[in-house]
Amino acid sequence: MNPTFAHEPELAAAPVARSGAGADRVFGLVTAGAAWLVLLLLGAAALSMAWGGRLAFETFGWRFVTSSEWDAVGGHFGAFVPIVGTLVTSAIALIVAVPVSIGIALFLTDIAPRWSRGPIAIAIELLAAIPSIIYGMWGLFVFAPFMAAHVEPWLSSKLGPLPLIGALFTGPPIGIGMLTAGIVLGIMVIPFISSIAREVFSAVPTALKESAIALGSTRWEILSRVTLPYTRSAIIGAIFLGLGRALGETMAVTFVLGNAHDLSISLLMPSNSIAAAIANEFTEADTDLYRSSLIALGFLLFVVTLVVLTIAKLLLLRVNRQLGRTH
Amino acid sequence: MKASRMAALAAAILIAGCGTQTGNKPGQGASALQVTGAGSTFVYPVLSAWAADYKARSGTSVNYQSIGSGGGISQVEAGTVDFGATDQPLKSDELAKNNLAQFPVIVGGIVPVVNIAGLDAGKLRLTGPLLADIYEGKIKNWNDPALVKINPGVPLPNAAIATVHRSDGSGTTFNFTHYLSQVSPAWKSGPGEGKTVAWVGGVGGKGNEGVAAYVKQLPNSLGYVEYAYVMQNHMTFALLQNSAGNFVAPSAAAFAAAAATADWKNAQDFNLVMTNAPGAQAYPIAASTFILLPRRPKDKAKSDAAVAFFKYAFEKGQQQANKLDYVPLPADLVQRIESYIAAKVK
Amino acid sequence: MAIPLRRRAADIAAFAFATFATAFGLVWLMWILWTTLIEGAKALTPALFMEMTPPPGSVGGLLNAFYGSAVMIFLGLIIGAPIGVAAGTFLAEQGRYSRLAAVVSFINDILLSAPSIVLGLFVYELVVRPSGHFSGYAGALALAMILLPVVVRTTDEALRLVPNQMREAAFALGMPRWRVTSQILYKSAMSAILTGILLGVARIAGETAPLLFTALNNQFWSANLNAPLANVPVVIFQYAMSPYDEWHELAWAGAFVLTLFVLLLNLLVRFLARRGASK
Repeated sequence: MNPTFAHEPELAAAPVARSGAGADRVFGLVTAGAAWLVLLLLGAAALSMAWGGRLAFETFGWRFVTSSEWDAVGGHFGAFVPIVGTLVTSAIALIVAVPVSIGIALFLTDIAPRWSRGPIAIAIELLAAIPSIIYGMWGLFVFAPFMAAHVEPWLSSKLGPLPLIGALFTGPPIGIGMLTAGIVLGIMVIPFISSIAREVFSAVPTALKESAIALGSTRWEILSRVTLPYTRSAIIGAIFLGLGRALGETMAVTFVLGNAHDLSISLLMPSNSIAAAIANEFTEADTDLYRSSLIALGFLLFVVTLVVLTIAKLLLLRVNRQLGRTH
Repeated sequence: MKASRMAALAAAILIAGCGTQTGNKPGQGASALQVTGAGSTFVYPVLSAWAADYKARSGTSVNYQSIGSGGGISQVEAGTVDFGATDQPLKSDELAKNNLAQFPVIVGGIVPVVNIAGLDAGKLRLTGPLLADIYEGKIKNWNDPALVKINPGVPLPNAAIATVHRSDGSGTTFNFTHYLSQVSPAWKSGPGEGKTVAWVGGVGGKGNEGVAAYVKQLPNSLGYVEYAYVMQNHMTFALLQNSAGNFVAPSAAAFAAAAATADWKNAQDFNLVMTNAPGAQAYPIAASTFILLPRRPKDKAKSDAAVAFFKYAFEKGQQQANKLDYVPLPADLVQRIESYIAAKVK
Repeated sequence: MAIPLRRRAADIAAFAFATFATAFGLVWLMWILWTTLIEGAKALTPALFMEMTPPPGSVGGLLNAFYGSAVMIFLGLIIGAPIGVAAGTFLAEQGRYSRLAAVVSFINDILLSAPSIVLGLFVYELVVRPSGHFSGYAGALALAMILLPVVVRTTDEALRLVPNQMREAAFALGMPRWRVTSQILYKSAMSAILTGILLGVARIAGETAPLLFTALNNQFWSANLNAPLANVPVVIFQYAMSPYDEWHELAWAGAFVLTLFVLLLNLLVRFLARRGASK
């Protein structure tokens, strides 16, 4: 039965030409098979990580997630430091990227002259096209020295002595560390959030904006009282998408995070992230337990990014439905 | 259809490239063999120089991945490479378990390096116990009284010491921490020795290269690297006090003085560590790199090619070794190694 | 009626912030591109494309790395693009009627943003471990897995853009479904599908992490795909993290070529997309 004509039964019941039926079935099988392959890929990757990490999970149990020890000699591995490093750098990335992305979206939908909107939007999206290893190199050779010479001494002298948040800004200004890595991550994530924000900002029905203008609202009031509430799901979805990318980013972080399995309150200190730890240590893991611990780390990362990206997708799906799209 | 024809042409060129044998240039002779090895970054500068020379002579490429001793051990045990290189020798029972033969190939030295503005190489003096204290975080500043005391007249800044250590499983770390354990009881009961230890703070560099790169990059940093890296990158090294109490500068002569006291005859499977060697001119942290070869290799041709390469390194590689301030092995040791290989590797 | 000062101030602040935010984003872009250009141009010599990766402390080129990357990208393309186009076709043609299609589309978008290092680990477990050695094939497979979701998504969208009247007209003429898709739909959506594939190529050209444990690296010329294969991103990584100034220069040169390649591809994609849309 030809589904395209589901609403016209006579046409639907018309038989397909004989020679086509067999080929049709093959074609259908091939495309369906390819689709199944996509599903299989995700499932197999998740299973393979879980299988590879089972030794670590069996040996350490829940302590794997809570222990901050990373001792390849004694065979004690704990994921706490990489997990914290990943979360902290991603949090800094979002703190940098979210306001900037919303600002860019506002600029591009409201403030910029029409002729410039296209080129500026393309320029911002080029930030996403630059390979992450370039971010890493630039971070290590240009940005980290800049931070070490100009920003970090200022931070540790002005904010270091303060009571509560001072502890966040102590330590030698070496330039590489969680703060620098977080900022570089934030720059990487900006285009993802801003492109979605721009898309949904411009999809806000003009009727809504016009009535707000008619009532005498300023630009800021339109943004905060009409646009943002209307696009709330999409913006949150975009933030989750940005978070998902920040969590999994490897190369940029590996260059500027410092690869230290050390738990420290200060943002100026080096640390480690899950992806950076795997990238640095995998080819040198010389025992089964070591290798399994790294794969277990990969599994944890995979699960967390899966959850975050699923939430993002669900939120954005709802938005598409709201805006009348069918997929 | 022009685009698809161009695509087909590009594909043909690439695939034709795939068909050629490996060699110096695309399309070189079919007899060129490729031997793979992995491991110690300590030995990499001299090994890669030997490999380049050997390739010019014999056409065999020795492709060595400098990934750290731990990686070399696991790769050769897993059979993914033809030979491994480690600065921490394996014990005989582990060698037997994995059916490996082990022999030293070169001696070098591990040197503390710093990046202090205005300080020249060879001016700073350090001792083993002080190094241990710095790495444990007990000494935090460059102008700490303990450091100022042994460095009269040297301008030490009032800045925090940024320590750099190895983030990978490293034989260099093993030799360095073995030495620290020998001279500092606090270190021995604390972080201890090993290819990796529980470092207190500091930045982790990957390989000797990574540590050197970080020390070059970060102001007021301190690291430990093999001497060839110090030379190649014009780094600021420090003098280290040896067991006789003298502050010795790193050099091939100082490493050789340390190696001269090594008792190879009584070391089964050449399992020997030579840190904190006695002698007035001996450098305190001298170390050798050991090659691991499978005793029953899967690919006999590659194993023979690897053995031939090391024979070349022993007999003709002294010049390259001397250029990089490594110490080539003495002739009688080389002879013992060659008969060991002939006996063990079939 | 004049707007009170407080509200006007908030408005001006928002205006200023939005402009600042955009300038902020553009400044980073220009800083990164400028740095890559300046540092890379320093080391841009003909030798870059003619000599092999040198041992530490000597000068050389990146020829074996360029070759290895080209081969692996090409192989990844051959493996990943057909599967991607087939799956994308399934999603577009069955999207409305099939539960499977909805699930696959969802999962595909998640794969699209998933960390590539995990896919590298997967290929390590799947291919490198059992075979006992690193290989260009494993690297190509990892790249294919990263390319796949991109091509699925863009093929899906490309086919959906083909107006339904075309499908209905073809069916009305009695064409079997497979002919409709291959002869009518593909032809009409071909430029969009190709631009999607180009986008995927731009993406996998810059991927480093998955190649770290699949293809590894090779300092000599090698065309043997069944062994470690040199490639641009891993060479950049190794050289940048090293202390040798000659290697740093080569790393910047490689970074420059890679960035240029990726940016040109991206701009080409946009140009083609706009041309396709205006047709």
